[in-house]
Amino acid sequence: MEQLHELLQQVIPDGERVLTEKADLASYSYDASFGVYMPEVVVQPLSTCEVAEILKLANKHKIPVYPRGQGTSLSGGPLPVRGGIVMDLSQWTSKLEIDTENMLAVVSPGVTAQAINNAALVHGLIYPPDPSSMNIATIGGNLAENSGGPKGLKYGVTKDYVIGLEVVTPEGEVIHTGGKTMKNVTGYDLTKLIVGSEGTLGIITEAILRLYPKPQATETLMALFDDIIDAGRAISNILSAGIIPAKLEIMDKASVEAVEAYRPTGLPTNIDALILIELDGHPEAIKDEIKRVNDVCLQEKARSVQIAKTAEEAAQLWLARKLVSPAIVRVKPTKISEDATVPRSKIPDMFQRLKEIKQKYNIDLVVFGHAGDGNLHPNIIADERDTEEMKRVEQAVEEIFQAAIELGGTLSGEHGIGTLKAPFMEMELGAVGVDMMKRIKQAWDPNDILNPGKIFPEPNQRFVLTND
Amino acid sequence: MTELAYQETLSCVQCGYCLPTCPTYITFKKETHSPRGRINLVKMAAEGKITYDDMTEAIDLCLGCRACETACPTNVQYGKILESAIEVLAKHKDEQLKSRVKTMKAFLFNQVVPNEHIRKVLGTGLAFYQKTGLQKVAQKMGVLHVLPENLHAFETILPSVEGPIKRAKRERFYEAVTPQPVLKVGFFVGCIMDTMFSSINTLSMKLLQQAGCQVTVIQEQGCCGALHQHSGLSNKTQELAKRNIEAFERYDFDYVVNSIGGCGAMLGEYPQLLADSPEWLERAERFSKKSVDISVILSQLTLPFKKSLPYKVTYQPSCHMTNVQKRVNEPLQMVQNIPGIDFISLPEAHMCCGSAGIYNIVRYKHSMKILDEKMKHVEALAQQPNIIVTTNPGCHLQMKLGVEREGLSQEIRVVHLVELLAEACGIEA
Repeated sequence: MEQLHELLQQVIPDGERVLTEKADLASYSYDASFGVYMPEVVVQPLSTCEVAEILKLANKHKIPVYPRGQGTSLSGGPLPVRGGIVMDLSQWTSKLEIDTENMLAVVSPGVTAQAINNAALVHGLIYPPDPSSMNIATIGGNLAENSGGPKGLKYGVTKDYVIGLEVVTPEGEVIHTGGKTMKNVTGYDLTKLIVGSEGTLGIITEAILRLYPKPQATETLMALFDDIIDAGRAISNILSAGIIPAKLEIMDKASVEAVEAYRPTGLPTNIDALILIELDGHPEAIKDEIKRVNDVCLQEKARSVQIAKTAEEAAQLWLARKLVSPAIVRVKPTKISEDATVPRSKIPDMFQRLKEIKQKYNIDLVVFGHAGDGNLHPNIIADERDTEEMKRVEQAVEEIFQAAIELGGTLSGEHGIGTLKAPFMEMELGAVGVDMMKRIKQAWDPNDILNPGKIFPEPNQRFVLTND
Repeated sequence: MTELAYQETLSCVQCGYCLPTCPTYITFKKETHSPRGRINLVKMAAEGKITYDDMTEAIDLCLGCRACETACPTNVQYGKILESAIEVLAKHKDEQLKSRVKTMKAFLFNQVVPNEHIRKVLGTGLAFYQKTGLQKVAQKMGVLHVLPENLHAFETILPSVEGPIKRAKRERFYEAVTPQPVLKVGFFVGCIMDTMFSSINTLSMKLLQQAGCQVTVIQEQGCCGALHQHSGLSNKTQELAKRNIEAFERYDFDYVVNSIGGCGAMLGEYPQLLADSPEWLERAERFSKKSVDISVILSQLTLPFKKSLPYKVTYQPSCHMTNVQKRVNEPLQMVQNIPGIDFISLPEAHMCCGSAGIYNIVRYKHSMKILDEKMKHVEALAQQPNIIVTTNPGCHLQMKLGVEREGLSQEIRVVHLVELLAEACGIEA
C-alpha cells in the first residue's frame, strides 16, 4: 500500500488530493445507503489525464477503483466494498459551458444538475432531469445511475438528455462516444450503455447534455381524496385525457399525518391520499388543462381541489410534499427509501399490495412519490438498533420487490442496483439476462477493477439493511 | 456531559443535503470537513472504530456556524453532536497537555474573559495604544512581526476603542423619550463587544431609547459563555448561564436585548444547556424567551430617522443569528428600511465568513481561506458596495479584515447595523 500511495502521488503531485489519513478514509467509507467499507486511499483527480493514469496503475496492479460523486447514492454505488481506491470526482467542476446555438451543455463530472439548470436558465433554457438531490449530487453520479426525478413523467430521465460522453475505460484508455449531433447511429450506442452502468464500465470525465427551452408558465393544483384508489383512477384519467403534467406526485394518509404532526400546513388528516400536479407550457394551454384536471379529479370523487393563484401559493402546496422526509423520521431514525416502479396502470394494485405488506410484517410504511410515472417511494421507518424489526423490514422490502416485478414493474426506477439490490437481479432479468450483462462487464473490464461488487450479486449474497 | 452524542448521530441518514451549506466543505474540498463527515467520525469514534485523535482535526476545523442544521431533512442535532465532541476532545487533550499551557488556557477562560476588571485593563491598554499613536509607530517599525501572524493581521483592523473614562461615564439608565416607556428593556452588553465595540452598545441603547424603550444596564450581568461552550467547557458555561439568569430575574424587564448575534444565540440556548438541571430549566426558558436581538425589538417600533443615507449597502448576516436564533428577516428589514439606502444582496450570504468565535485566531490560515471565499462574492457584486453591514463583533472584525486584505479599505466601510441606524437617526455615541 505504501507503494500505491507513492505511485498515486506521482500521478497527482500537489500532495493535497491523495488522502490516506484514517479520518479521510472513514469519510469516504459510506454513501446515503447502508454499509461501511474503508478504502485504502482516496484520490481527487481534476483532469482526464489524471483519471487515465490512475486507472492504468490500478489495472496493472489489479486494485479496485470506485468512482464517487457527492455520495448521495441510495443503492451503494460508490461503496468501496473490496477496499482499494475511492475516486472522488466531486471537486472536478471546471467546465460548465452552455452552447446556445446547439442547445447543449458541456460539463465536467463534478458539476451538479442544479448548476447546469441554473446556467441554462440564464439563456432561457432548462436542463429538465430533477432528482431530489439535484443541488448536491454530481452529474457524473446522475449519469452513472441514470437518475430521474418528479419531472420524469413529462421530460424523461438523465439518459434522455445525454448525447455524448468522454469516458476513461478500466484499462486507462480515453474514448469519446456520441457527440454534439441530435442524430447519431454510427455503431453501437455506447453512450446509452455507459449511462446507468453504475460506474462499472468506465469513468465519465465529460458529458454533452441536451437542453430545452424554458416553459413560459406553470400551474399547480392539489386534490384531496377519501380513497387512494380514487386518486389512482384520477391519475390514469388525467393522463388518458392527453394531459401530461410536468410533475404528478402522490402522498398517502400516513405521510399526510406525519407532515401535519411535524409542522402543520393545514391539511385535513382524515383524507386517504392527496395528489399534487404541476403543469407547464404555454399560459393559455395550461389554463385550459388545469381546468380539465380539476374536472377529472372532481369526477373521481375528489373531496376538494385547490388551484394555486400565485407562485407563493404553489410553493405552499408543494411544501407538504417537501416535508414528508423530515416528518417521517421523527417517528424512528432509520429510513429505508425504496423505488420499485410499476407500469402506470398498476398503481392501484401496487397500493393494495403495499397495504398488505405493511400489515403482514407490522412495519411503519408510508407511500409517496412520482405517481405519474409509476415510480412510487414506499418508505419504511425503523430503528437500525432493533435487530428483530430490521429482519421484518428486510423481508418486507423483498416482498415489495417481488410485488413490483409480478405487476410487470422493476426493482429500481431511479436509485440503481448497487450492492443493495444485487441479490434480486435474477428475479427480474432471469439467468440469461444477467449473464449477458456480465459478459459485457467482462469484455470492458477484464480484471474486474472498476466498481467491483456492484450490480451483480456475490455468490450467496443476501439482502441486508444494516451498517455492520 | 462528557460523552459523545451517539444517539444523535444515528438520526443522520447520510443523504448529503448539508454539503452545499458547509463553508469548510466548500473551502477545504473534502468530505472529512463536511457535517456528514464529522457526524460519521463522531459515530465511529463512539463505536470505537476510530480514535479520538483521528477525529480531532475535523472537529477542530468546524466553524460551528450550524448552517447544516437548516438544510437537514431529518433534523439532526448537529450543534449537540459537535459540542459533545469538542468537550470529549478537550478532556482528552487536557490529559495530554503540558501543565503550563493548561494553566494559561484555564486562566484565559476562567479569569480573563469573564472578569470585567481584567477586560477593562485590556481595553484600556488597547485604547491607550491606539490613542497615543503608538499603533502607527509600531505598524511602521514592523515591531508587530514578533507577534504571531494571526494577531498581527488583526492589529491593523482593530476598531477605535472608547477610552475607559468615556466607557465608565456611559449611562447605566436611559429613560424612554416617550411619556410612558413602550417597553422596559435590560441591556446585555457582552464582554468582547463591550471592550472592543462599546460605542455600539451605547448607540444600541440610545436607539432603543429613541424608539420609546426604558433601558437599564444591570451591573450583575456577566459573560454569556459562548466562547467557553464552543471550547468544550460546558460546566463553566452553565455557571455563567446561571449567573445571568439569576441577575436578570431580579428585575422586571419585558425584554433582555443585545446587539451581538453570537451571544444572543448562546442566551437563547440556555434551556438546552441546563436541560439536565430541573430546578434551572424553567428559569432558563423564561430568560431565553425574553432574550432577543435588537433588530427584533426595533423592527416592532418606530425609529425617528432624520437623514437619508446615500449608500450602497450589502449585508453579511451572522451565522448564529440566522441558524441558531433564526432571525433572518428582522435585521435585513432594518437595513432595507433606512432612508436612501441602495440595498445590494450578497450571494451566498448564508456562508460563514470564517470568524466563528476565536476560530480566526486559533485557526488563522484556515479562517483566511474561508474569508477569501466570502470576499470573492463581495468582489463579484455587479455594483461595489460602500458599506458591509454586520450584526456581530466577530463578523464585524473578520469582514473588516477581508476588506483590508483585498485592499478595499478606502472603498468599503464595515459597520454594525446599529451604527448605520444611529447615523440615519442622527445619534452619536
